[in-house]
Amino acid sequence: MYKVVIGLEVHCELKTKSKNFSYATNDYSETPNIYLDTVDLGFPGILPVANKEAVKSALKIAMALNCENPDEVIFDRKNYFYPDLPKGYQITQSHKPMGINGYLMVNVDDEDIKVDIHDLHLEEDTASLDHFNEYSLINYNRSGIPLIEIVTEPCLHSSKEAIAFLEALRSVILYCGVSDARSDLGQMRCDVNISLMKEDATEFGTKVEIKNINSFTKVKEAIEYEIERQTEVLNSGGTIIMETRRFDDEDMKTYSMRSKVDAVDYKYFLEPNMPPIKLTKEFLDEIRSQIPMLQYERINLYINEYGLSRYDATTLVKEKKMADYFEETIKDGTDAKLASNWITSIVLGHLNKFQVEIDQIYLTPAMLVSLIKMVNDGKISSKQAKEVLYKVLEEEKDPVTIVDELGIKQIENDEEIRSMVVEILDANLPLIEEYRKGRNVFDFFVGQVMKRTKGQANPTLTAKIIKEEIEKR
Amino acid sequence: MKYLDLTIDEIRNLLDRKEVTSDELIKESIDKAHQYQEEYNSFVTILDEAKHNYEGSTIINGIPYALKDNYSTKGILTTASSNILSNYVPVYDATVVQKLNKSGAVLMGKTVLDELAMGDSGTTGHTGIVKNPWDKKRIIGGSSAGSAASVALGIVPFALGSDTGDSVRKPAAYGGVVGFKPTYGRISRYGLFAFASSLDHVGYFTRSVKDAAYLTDILKGKDERDMTSLPDNDEVYVSGLENDIKGRKLFYIKEVCNIDSYQDQTDEELKALLNNFHEVIEKCRQLGFIVEEVSIDRDLLNALYPSYMCISCAEATSNNANLTGILFGLPGKGNNVDEIMFDARTRGFSEFIKRRFIMGSFVLQKENQDKLFLNASRVRRMIVDKINELFKEYDGLIMPSSEGVAPIINSKKDKLSDRYLILGNHLVIGNFGGFPSISLPSGFVNGLPVSVNLTGRQFEDGLTLNMAYKIESVLGYKGQVAKGVK
Repeated sequence: MYKVVIGLEVHCELKTKSKNFSYATNDYSETPNIYLDTVDLGFPGILPVANKEAVKSALKIAMALNCENPDEVIFDRKNYFYPDLPKGYQITQSHKPMGINGYLMVNVDDEDIKVDIHDLHLEEDTASLDHFNEYSLINYNRSGIPLIEIVTEPCLHSSKEAIAFLEALRSVILYCGVSDARSDLGQMRCDVNISLMKEDATEFGTKVEIKNINSFTKVKEAIEYEIERQTEVLNSGGTIIMETRRFDDEDMKTYSMRSKVDAVDYKYFLEPNMPPIKLTKEFLDEIRSQIPMLQYERINLYINEYGLSRYDATTLVKEKKMADYFEETIKDGTDAKLASNWITSIVLGHLNKFQVEIDQIYLTPAMLVSLIKMVNDGKISSKQAKEVLYKVLEEEKDPVTIVDELGIKQIENDEEIRSMVVEILDANLPLIEEYRKGRNVFDFFVGQVMKRTKGQANPTLTAKIIKEEIEKR
Repeated sequence: MKYLDLTIDEIRNLLDRKEVTSDELIKESIDKAHQYQEEYNSFVTILDEAKHNYEGSTIINGIPYALKDNYSTKGILTTASSNILSNYVPVYDATVVQKLNKSGAVLMGKTVLDELAMGDSGTTGHTGIVKNPWDKKRIIGGSSAGSAASVALGIVPFALGSDTGDSVRKPAAYGGVVGFKPTYGRISRYGLFAFASSLDHVGYFTRSVKDAAYLTDILKGKDERDMTSLPDNDEVYVSGLENDIKGRKLFYIKEVCNIDSYQDQTDEELKALLNNFHEVIEKCRQLGFIVEEVSIDRDLLNALYPSYMCISCAEATSNNANLTGILFGLPGKGNNVDEIMFDARTRGFSEFIKRRFIMGSFVLQKENQDKLFLNASRVRRMIVDKINELFKEYDGLIMPSSEGVAPIINSKKDKLSDRYLILGNHLVIGNFGGFPSISLPSGFVNGLPVSVNLTGRQFEDGLTLNMAYKIESVLGYKGQVAKGVK
């Protein structure tokens, strides 16, 4: 058996108005070559201009990943020739990344692991290429889009851990609002470094890099295939070659692209066209203050302080706006468990059924609070509340109006219920005997009351009265 | 009719007095350009259709000018005098071109340079050698060769060049005209084809210091497209020219300016050059300047040229990596993209350029970078620190602009001789430190123009121009054009 060692390099495009070093629009389009500028095409004489929003976003994620930030922002050039790189170099950061020595806490199977972050740097995306038999097409829409690259230490040990980390990282990015992080649009991509070592070995084995995997499922498949492949090679006495491989998602295998021995020397040097930008404490503090409470912290808060199950907590924090909605609902003391139940059952069901987002529905946290309060005050039953909630969501009217319209209210009047109970008991004398013998007919009596009151009798009160009246006889 | 050998403000007067029209000036300029083209080869492109259509009142309104062919001009061929860009028509105007157009100046032609601005001779452009208007057997110097020649020939009263090592100030010296590059960042580089970004400056050739000041006032300013451009200031350079300079202190470097420092002290040309320089110093003193001799560590001076080569070649190899023939420029042939790029670059660059790229690539390689590229950057810092320290006491550095008169075409020089190594390369100090630096005609040696150079403190373009203006007034070569040109 071998110990698996995995390090990830995750690229994520930032959602800024303009590109990283030009004034062209940063957006996705099916129409090629519409979002571009002289800079993104690498014409002679162009100069890069740093995008403040991109710098802020990169620093924000670096902070959220508990990284140390630099004293100034500088960029470097990474030099290589490829048709998707119009300038002949990529502007990136090698000397002073936006963040170093960070970590992210990740929960894997109910256990917390700490994933160390080597660095986070800001760079630019390349153009995209479409290859055909006789020719290739270049689309420069993507050229120059701001990209952050997050590099982990080789500290992950299974595909499960790798995926858990990617999910957690994605959530940090989404919570911070710097990217939509959609893998299907290539906004989040991943390189996997993977090696095997003997359980008792002290040095890492030879690593293989699998380039540019664009979905988490494929990352999982690639890792699992590669573990299998490397295990076989090692078991049969072979050695692993240091190389770059690609993952083919049709046969789920990895294939060698190039050996690392003839690796390119990128000849990094300081980008001379962008003078260093000093980072003041005020500037950094302002960015830090914009980082919301993140998923991991919220899960722990919900479990430890609000008494939710991990399952419910995890469901609520999946999306920041859902978590915010939940927190808004309970901010004035509404019971967290009740709120969580309503949200994770009916509200979430509605969202799934109609494929809408939490911020698109009519039901506001305040309405949910008023509904829960009506139940707590005994004004309506929870069964009624359920009905009201559905109507609120579907008819887009507030709960009070729905309650009025349906004419539903709870019968709280002791006399009214009592006289009804007496009548029912009188009509069902044999059943009282059965009840006394221990047969469970209690619910039948409650049911009868509900039937007569069209469900409007307060169930707790009803049960109490039935008990009293039986005992009287 | 002959107006274009005048200075900008003289031409302005004539235009304002309606003694000449802008259309007549443009015609004269284009006619002269054609007339001298075969002999001197100043232009890559002469814009026969150039027109004036601007209503406004700026000093340069209606006046034709020439532009080095490494400034991006929308819809106008821009070759950087390289085969790889021999068909390149840009889609945008450089910031300086926009500013000149907005001021009503009329672009009449794009001038020849050393290929990609890498060179000091004006002989390596893809359309041939640019010759010196004072003597056709000689070079005008580079890399802004055609711009220097067009001003010296009286084709235009001013022309833009670019200065990475001395590429405006040296050809200005060989051509007997004024060459100025302001502080790094004073003028936006957006649209200037990058050679070495940390050293590249916009510069210009004029026939007077005042004209250089006018242009600086028009061209300066913050550009959202150039992060290294300096914030706008309210200084109007042309209005500070008359300021009193009495008591201003200048220094020159002993190791460069005294004949005793040279191994060969019998060279007549060198002696005459240095004599001319010391005569200028004397005149400066008479003007009220205090001029002192300062000694600088010879090792540091010897390191100027090699450091410059390391830094400029390194940046150049990266800056020119966009020239692949994929999106623009000479289309390459081949079965895959690598072959296509390889072919375009093989055919597109001369051997001379390839040599510089290889040097640049070599000094940036992982195993060499610290020893070569980064050490060169450290030397650069040491030199700049030294000069800045001297600038605490002195207002300017005054030096001969060149190691001699314009050399004969294709003559060999010993690049390691002290004369070439230091006297021929000290102007790079102005690029290392981003200092404002101006070359002024100061007389003749063997019938050919020689020049002095004045370099001032970073950001003090106003004072530098002010001091140069005063010095110019006692030298007597203002408004000079090449003698003997028909």
